[in-house]
Amino acid sequence: MKRFALVVLCVGLLLSAAACKQEPVNKVIQMSTTTSVNDSGLMAYLQPVFEKDSGYTLEITSAGTGAAIEKGRTGDADILLVHSKSQEETFIGEGFDETRIPFMYNFFVIVGPADDPAGVAGKATAAEAFQAILDSGSLFISRGDNSGTHSKEKAIWASINVDPTGQAWYESTGSGMGATLTVADEKQAYTISDKATFLAHENSLSLLLEETDDMKNTYSVIAISPKRFADTNAAGAQAFIDWLKTDTARKMIAEFGVAKYGEALFFNMD
Amino acid sequence: MIKQVLELLFGADPELRQIIGVTLRMSVMSTLISALIGIPWGVAMGANQFKGKAILSRITNTLMGLPPVVAGLIVFLVLSRSGPLGKLSLLYSVPAMVIAQVVLISPIIAGMTANIVSLRAPSINETCAGIGINGWKRLWLTIKECRIPFVTSVLAGFGRSIAEVGAVQMVGGNIQFKTRVMTTAIMMQTNMGRFELAVALGIVLLIISFIVNSLVHRIQEQTLRDRTA
Repeated sequence: MKRFALVVLCVGLLLSAAACKQEPVNKVIQMSTTTSVNDSGLMAYLQPVFEKDSGYTLEITSAGTGAAIEKGRTGDADILLVHSKSQEETFIGEGFDETRIPFMYNFFVIVGPADDPAGVAGKATAAEAFQAILDSGSLFISRGDNSGTHSKEKAIWASINVDPTGQAWYESTGSGMGATLTVADEKQAYTISDKATFLAHENSLSLLLEETDDMKNTYSVIAISPKRFADTNAAGAQAFIDWLKTDTARKMIAEFGVAKYGEALFFNMD
Repeated sequence: MIKQVLELLFGADPELRQIIGVTLRMSVMSTLISALIGIPWGVAMGANQFKGKAILSRITNTLMGLPPVVAGLIVFLVLSRSGPLGKLSLLYSVPAMVIAQVVLISPIIAGMTANIVSLRAPSINETCAGIGINGWKRLWLTIKECRIPFVTSVLAGFGRSIAEVGAVQMVGGNIQFKTRVMTTAIMMQTNMGRFELAVALGIVLLIISFIVNSLVHRIQEQTLRDRTA
């Protein structure tokens, strides 16, 4: 009888050990993401489903893309979810065999005072709209914080050969999108925003221009390589990337925001 | 990183100098205005016995501990385009930051002044009664008598002003070349993961704090020596 109990115990231990093997070893994935993804509520919406499907726990911090990527450099993240192609390429170019995986997109929007003194509405491209703002002498508020939105804004100014830094009509807040929209609202000035944050923010500004080709906003994930930091949770990062490709995740992303704003805020890449 | 910090500190980085300039302009302005409000307020409270003194001193003490973000919020709401003084378009300017700091600092100067004065008031009042002066003249004499310890309270106000971040971020907006001060720049640079400028500014802040503290210390020693002499 004693022997039988011992056998049962051993079998039980073996089984539970085997069962444990099925579970991920490091169950916590540290994700560093951009404010537009987090503040729009997208991550809070995806997180519980991913955690249930995978058994991992996501710990999400959000900052502008520049700072979000920096957390990858300092070893404070296992995976990045960001939206600035040039900064992402600099990061993966540092030589740790990392890959940038674009998985969804949306469009930036140009917002400004309802009476639109610069005539931004109806322009064909963001570049034309920026030129119109410049010509009208209207005030433009910039994030100025090295974020993905700021990178895009700088790229548009560069495309019309304008360096706005330090100009009287250009003010740089060095703050997040929400704070920058508040400043633009108070000053009745123009700014560029991601659509999700603009819709979620309370202000009196009008959405003047959207969905031009030069305002496409691509979001990518980058798993931090174990070559960079040996104890990075590479398996967890890969599990999240794999999950993003599932029908469940794609359907959730496509449906996000439809009920609240009557339109989708993010679109899946083909 | 150390090399870059030193280059910023000793080089001719125009932005660093400009940020320090805005910071000093804001702090000096707020301290001066706060002293003009806080000293008479504190002297009146410390030198006299009047009805409601207890409640006034309790209000002053509460305001001394006013959280900067609360001061920032109040000034923001008042100066906002939709607020009562929105027409002045003062939000996101140095004057707006000065207003918020005056709200924060004048109670501090008033409270410290009242403490200093209440210790000396009995003897000063006696002297005044003896030579037959009162009213505004007595107030002026009290201010003159306590001028050295007052410098301590004003410098404490300056120290608070230069180190404050919450209120000036809210009403100043951290706008580059305009309302960006040392504290808000440090916060922003840290959020962006660019630590060189943040460390350089931190060093400058520490040096200024050290100078202010040394001044306070010397004044206190001086007054102690005067009293024992």
